Amino acid sequence: MSAPAIRLARRRAADIVFKAFCLVVTIVALAALTAILWSLLSQGLGGLDLDVFTRSTPAPGSKGGLANAIAGSVMMCALAMVLALFVGVLAGTWLAEYAGRSAYGAVVRFLNDMLLSAPSILVGLFVYEILVAPFHGFSGFAGAVALALLAVPVIVRTTEDVLSLQAATLREAGVALGAPYSFVVRQILWRSARSGLLTGALLAFARISGETAPLLFTALNNQFFSLNLTHPTASLPVVIFNFALSAYDDWRRLAWAGALLIAATVLAVTIVARIVAREPKRS
Amino acid sequence: MSEAILTPRARPARRTAPRGAALGKIFEGLCFSAATALLVALGGLLVSLLVGGWPAIRKFGFGFLTTATWNPVTDVYGAAGPIVGALTTAGVALVIALPIAGGVAFFLTELCPAPLRGPIGTAVELLAGIPSIVYGMWGLFVFAPLFSRFVQAPLMMAAKPGSLLEKLTAGVPNGSGILSASIILAIMILPFMAATLRELLLTVPAAVRESAYGLGATTAEVVMSVTLPYVRTGAIGAVMLGLGRALGETMAVTFIIGNAHGLPSSMFDSGSTIASTIANEFTEASTPMHTAALMALGLVLFVITFIVLGLARLMLRASAVKS
Amino acid sequence: MNTLNPAVDEFETSIADVDRADVRVDVRNLNFFYGKIHALKNVSLPFARNKATALIGPSGCGKSTLLRTLNRMYALYPGQRAEGEILLDGENVLAPGVDLARLRARVGMVFQKPTPFPMTIYDNVAFGVRLYEKLSRADMDARVEEALTRAALWDEVKDKLRGPGLGLSGGQQQRLCVARGVAVRPEVLLLDEPTSALDPISSARLEETIMQLKADHTIVIVTHNLGQAARVSDYTGFMYLGEMVEFGSTDSLFTSPATQKTSDYITGRFG
Repeated sequence: MSAPAIRLARRRAADIVFKAFCLVVTIVALAALTAILWSLLSQGLGGLDLDVFTRSTPAPGSKGGLANAIAGSVMMCALAMVLALFVGVLAGTWLAEYAGRSAYGAVVRFLNDMLLSAPSILVGLFVYEILVAPFHGFSGFAGAVALALLAVPVIVRTTEDVLSLQAATLREAGVALGAPYSFVVRQILWRSARSGLLTGALLAFARISGETAPLLFTALNNQFFSLNLTHPTASLPVVIFNFALSAYDDWRRLAWAGALLIAATVLAVTIVARIVAREPKRS
Repeated sequence: MSEAILTPRARPARRTAPRGAALGKIFEGLCFSAATALLVALGGLLVSLLVGGWPAIRKFGFGFLTTATWNPVTDVYGAAGPIVGALTTAGVALVIALPIAGGVAFFLTELCPAPLRGPIGTAVELLAGIPSIVYGMWGLFVFAPLFSRFVQAPLMMAAKPGSLLEKLTAGVPNGSGILSASIILAIMILPFMAATLRELLLTVPAAVRESAYGLGATTAEVVMSVTLPYVRTGAIGAVMLGLGRALGETMAVTFIIGNAHGLPSSMFDSGSTIASTIANEFTEASTPMHTAALMALGLVLFVITFIVLGLARLMLRASAVKS
Repeated sequence: MNTLNPAVDEFETSIADVDRADVRVDVRNLNFFYGKIHALKNVSLPFARNKATALIGPSGCGKSTLLRTLNRMYALYPGQRAEGEILLDGENVLAPGVDLARLRARVGMVFQKPTPFPMTIYDNVAFGVRLYEKLSRADMDARVEEALTRAALWDEVKDKLRGPGLGLSGGQQQRLCVARGVAVRPEVLLLDEPTSALDPISSARLEETIMQLKADHTIVIVTHNLGQAARVSDYTGFMYLGEMVEFGSTDSLFTSPATQKTSDYITGRFG
């Protein structure tokens, strides 16, 4: 073969190797992730029955459910979302509408990104120091605050992004009628960005509903059913953590059921968020 | 004089100021306070770790970072074990995950048939949201036994006495250990990195890629010589972002790393990471010095991830500005 | 009198076309800066009461910039500033301490691209009115109908007032924006290329509407469309590179322009 023909053959060979590599790793990756989902389904469904939703966590060796953990998770996540939405939407609005190109705005944005990817266990330590140690008691409230700290950066990011996408002429049209700027922001921009804000809230919720580490030393755990957030509160992730590492089959089965519940919730909420985000604007 | 502008023509029932004017300053103030609260929270986090860990820092000084002893009984603590564990597991996880994530990203942008692109891409993004505790459980109950039976035991049996392989594979083949934790961590950050890299690749303008193809370049050549250099800064940023997340990961690792405090001596040896140590010991810390040591450990993690994430962000912003 | 530039001398005399008593908005020696860029250079011209004045000129000549100084829209953006005087019924709009919200209630604006608010058609029109007036339900209904009628939109939307503003077609949305603007009964109405995003039929309808609005509002219209300027306006100002080159009654400016530049632009030699 001539030299150019050899070169061409070599290039083609390299190309085939590359394509094969990409295909193979994609299959491997999808296979691994499918395997995980498969285990989750098969082990989790096996442990899922009505008791899971109606009875509280059992003592070792006896039968029970996850009702208190589910209730605790729902309460803490709901409270966390309320706190996070209040702070997050306002902060995101400030960044988009009032901060301009100021240095302070750049600092806030930077630190928000840091908080977004920060190890969640450190957030748990922080809330321990300010809400648990001084009051000598773990509480569901502290757990909710820790979760809120993890949800806020997500909401700030999505709020700022979606508000920045609103057309400048929309703002000007409001101002041109003589409306004060804050009125334009609240009555026009927020309304126009509705679906984006909702998407951000859903994504934040999906994120915090699966978090374990920040709850370990803020809300701790509670063996019994309780709606009182001023006391230690059970949560699905912490219960799963404790039960999975135990030696009891009943507990392990419940751990898998709980893991399935969490994963299903996160997936469902994320899918809803994507549907909301794709909602076409009527025009 | 300017009052005249304020006086409109006579109209019935006029307000003296437009509706919502009074709230204006209050609203802006609220928004500003919320933004500042963010600052305060992060600052508070740093301060609380400093204050909480101060007793340990004062007692052990710089040696805290280099000593490997971790003894609650004698109240002597050194962070070398968890630090090395964290860096090792995150590093190995990245080495494993990066080529795979890159391959998936390239597959989705260059090779995948169009109708499959959406579903597979969506599947990858959805999987990035699965909580880490699920990976942890899977690692412990499904992966570990398989790993022990099909990888650890055979490797250990095949290693000749005195060889490098024997040293690397020493330990109890129960499926847990540094390498196992690294693999689970790799699987965990895989969807996130694949999604991020894919988004990055999508920023390459079609015109750039098409002109390369138009010159007769193969797919591999277009990727290596055109696409990759184009997104180089962003790719480095994405990698560092993955590293930052892997360093801070708790649940995926705690189940399967074995939780021993010393420096790991082989791939299959038990170890610990900063996050797993804190998660395991904080609520049962025996002495105030123990608690302080754990806080100081948290401070170390904070500094490391802050630097890594800060660099990542710089790179990602630099690449975004370019495109 | 500026004797350095003969074109400006001729410009001065044609301002006299407008009877001083009929001037609603008087721009005097206006200079505008985007940061360091001097975008408007010593611009002076009058806007006659209840007449339409067109601002024409090639892209970048400053006509939109001039329009946006009249309601101080530029104040939203740091780094932009205006110097000079803009007298609305004798009061200087550019003076410090002027209440911008009130100013904008008297000087309305319609933009190039239709910008309906994300609310019902009724609420869109009522938005500006509700800012400053407390009307009873019946009064507000009447006001909304009046505004929509004047914008030539009433017949098309009277049955779907509670429908979304965003559900209308492009031409209808723009007329909704006009209705929104006239609902507050402004004294001056600023139109920034209002038909450039519309199809010919909608454009024609909007032009008819503008002609009817002239009776009650002082209209300033920026347009790229010379035919539109000729059809709709009573006075025209031609701008070039930030300067007001020529100003006069539309008839005289189009049929016998006083400067070469104006003539070149109108005949299409450049633009």
